[in-house]
Amino acid sequence: MNNLIPLFVAIPLGIAFIIPMISRRIKGVAAFLGNVTMIGLSVMSLVSIGKSGMYHMGGWDTPIGIDLRLDGLSVLMLLSISIVGFAATLFSTRYMQSYTSRHRYYSLFLFMVAGMNGAVLAADIFNLYVFMEIASIASFALVAFGCGHEDLEAAFKYIVLGGVAATFVLFGIAIIYGVAGTLNMAHLAMKIGNKPLSNPLVFALGLFISGFGLKAAMVPFHSWLPDAHPSAPAPISAMLSGVLIKAIGVYVIARLLFNVFGITPRVSLVLQILGTLSMIVGVLLAIGQWDMKRLFAYHSISQVGYIIIGLGLGTPLGIVGALYHLVNHSVFKSLLFLNAGAVEYSTGTRNLKRLGGLYKTMPVAGSTSLIASMSIAGIPPFNGFWSKLIIIIACVMSGHYWLGAWAVLVSILTLASFLKVQRYGFFDSLKISVEQIKKTPPMMALAMILLAVLCVGMGFFVITGFDSPIIIGPAAESLLKGVFVL
Amino acid sequence: MIYSLCLVLILIGLYGVVTKKNIVKIVISLAIMEYGVNLFLILIGYRNNGVHPGIEESESFTHFLAHSVDPLPQALVLTSIVISLGMLALMVGMCIRLYERYGTFDITEIRRLRG
Repeated sequence: MNNLIPLFVAIPLGIAFIIPMISRRIKGVAAFLGNVTMIGLSVMSLVSIGKSGMYHMGGWDTPIGIDLRLDGLSVLMLLSISIVGFAATLFSTRYMQSYTSRHRYYSLFLFMVAGMNGAVLAADIFNLYVFMEIASIASFALVAFGCGHEDLEAAFKYIVLGGVAATFVLFGIAIIYGVAGTLNMAHLAMKIGNKPLSNPLVFALGLFISGFGLKAAMVPFHSWLPDAHPSAPAPISAMLSGVLIKAIGVYVIARLLFNVFGITPRVSLVLQILGTLSMIVGVLLAIGQWDMKRLFAYHSISQVGYIIIGLGLGTPLGIVGALYHLVNHSVFKSLLFLNAGAVEYSTGTRNLKRLGGLYKTMPVAGSTSLIASMSIAGIPPFNGFWSKLIIIIACVMSGHYWLGAWAVLVSILTLASFLKVQRYGFFDSLKISVEQIKKTPPMMALAMILLAVLCVGMGFFVITGFDSPIIIGPAAESLLKGVFVL
Repeated sequence: MIYSLCLVLILIGLYGVVTKKNIVKIVISLAIMEYGVNLFLILIGYRNNGVHPGIEESESFTHFLAHSVDPLPQALVLTSIVISLGMLALMVGMCIRLYERYGTFDITEIRRLRG
């Protein structure tokens, strides 16, 4: 098992370099290789469920060498990255045909996947930073991929804020290295974890929360997301909203706070405040939007708020709820973005005022978007309901009644804004003539159906109990064990 | 003392990113910020009258430990310089494309997205 761990990074990274080399000679090889790689990564992450391990690069032992660490939380993130990534590449095979230089697209896509896989596996904070930058730089380029007016503007905003975030993170790492003299997370936890933090470390923690919070688009740092996510090509929006903001934002915050610094009441208060703000501001801004993808992007901010609240509670149930909501959100939000992409592909617009009646002409996109909307709004049999329920129960059980009340209120507002999407987009009378609407290609339909099935199926995760649903339980456990021990 | 100068450099960069209107100046400010952090990293490993971190045969091990500078931050800085180079190239490329599309470098005129 241990020797399998570096392959999660090496395979997508290698293929990303091979694609531009051979794609000139063989036509269509880029899409094929991209899909095959994502299938391979999905299989590998399915195999590694329930396993854990450590890989020492070059055979050097822990405090000296570079480690890759696989535990329950990493497996959870790897699974969501590779499955959402597979759906996105499947969707791209047809969707990207209107773009030029597709081999670069697949190459950048795999760089992004390699960066994210590396970030969730890295066991020292500097490698975390390097992998985070690989994923971010690829995502900057992918947001600008269309090279239109909006694409470039959004990408420039994203790259400047991303650059500031990266600088903050590197500054934090430098301070930590200066204080503790080590970068390995487990070694670091031994030196500074669970002790009262000295002033430089508090400063470093603040830099980390603002840096990774910028990547996760929590509310004071959210301004880039509603521009960048809608401007990217649809499969990339799905990847960015679905997994990127979590793999290099929320995941890292959770990992550092729980496993390295150790969570204190003050930090957990900060997380609760940031989470509540994101939740409320995101949903309020979302309701007024008429651009389908922009509406979904604002909902990403709001749903990340739920995850942060769950983490901020710090109770076992809260963490389970947060991680469950994290995977659920990555599935239904990427499904929604793929739906928006399919609608844009078929009708040429994503303005809700000009759409309508698509339920009859695009049955697959219509029905899958209904499933995803009900999931995100928290309608009972679907996965979103269970994770929100767990978070709200956790709020009430730990005595934060107001947080629970806000979470319920935001859930109702979410329902309202998705009723708007369904009403104007899919149920109203048809405003465009039927001949103008292109058929949904089978590959796109397959990608959407795959994610819709997951939306329904993941609702059954709770059958093994609220305290530890399958796959999520071990992930929560790896956070709950507290700071790392060597 | 010299550490606070690094902080000043970072803050100058941040000020530039926030207030400048010309996108090329924003890119330069971001680069200044990164230089500040890199300088800070190097300073962490620095030691007065230190020797280079490679042990020679004539040198005793204890003497080496007492006098050499810390090599790890230097490796980190090299990596971070490479990363910021990639970032800078991408940003400058984007600036060129933006100029082609909008005909201006002024950030207040590059504004089609709102809401």
